[in-house]
Amino acid sequence: MKNEMELIFDAISDNESFARVAVAAFITNLNPTLEEMADIKTAVSEAVTNSIIHGYENLRGYGGVITQGGQEVHPGKVRIHCSLKKGILHIEISDTGKGIEDVEKAMEPLFTTRPELERSGMGFAFMEAFMDDLEVESAPGKGTTVRMVKKLGLDGWIDCEG
Amino acid sequence: MEDFQVIEHCLMIRMPEEVDHHGAGFICENADRYLMRDDVMNVVFDFEKTKFMDSSGIGIIMGRYRKISCFGGQVYAIHMDRQIQRIFQLSGLNKIVEVLES
Repeated sequence: MKNEMELIFDAISDNESFARVAVAAFITNLNPTLEEMADIKTAVSEAVTNSIIHGYENLRGYGGVITQGGQEVHPGKVRIHCSLKKGILHIEISDTGKGIEDVEKAMEPLFTTRPELERSGMGFAFMEAFMDDLEVESAPGKGTTVRMVKKLGLDGWIDCEG
Repeated sequence: MEDFQVIEHCLMIRMPEEVDHHGAGFICENADRYLMRDDVMNVVFDFEKTKFMDSSGIGIIMGRYRKISCFGGQVYAIHMDRQIQRIFQLSGLNKIVEVLES
């Protein structure tokens, strides 16, 4: 069975929960375990949040700017493309924001370009830990694309054999 | 019940159902307002309601830890489900936060 979907939405933090819930809903048919579902939601949330706050620098919600009034929102879209084939989920999350200068450095745990935001610097580490494969393509000024793969239903196989 | 409460020098924070970047600023700012008070020593994060958390939650907890640890304060966490426990382990947060079996 093959199935595909694509979402494009504004790069604002209001859409973070929408994005992860939409991807979770897309795979419900495959009866994923609760753990698989949580892994995917966390990974999607990390990638989408990165696009919003780093790619487009829409920081709403941080450092005294809870009040939206007067705060500039940079226009931009985040695109999510998902495809399912034989129980393997491919997720591509891309933006056309400012891009990453040094991808390798950005992927180091605890590294962050914005320590003032009090984030953990664990975004890529979580994507790597919760998904089976992670690939990041980025160039300054061109935007960033994150590709992730997750094999669903593996737990079922292991249970059968064990 | 209030989401932020001070009980015997402890700031109790009831974390929301979903902890992500969108709601993180609100939690940090409210928590910090209480942490300025002289009678607040420690912080307890209560995850009873929480069904989702990403690395923004780690940032919230690390940030509060930094603010109170230099004055001898401790950070505690209660009512964590399996996924949140995994996130704590992955990030090494369980080394600085005391996890209480509720």
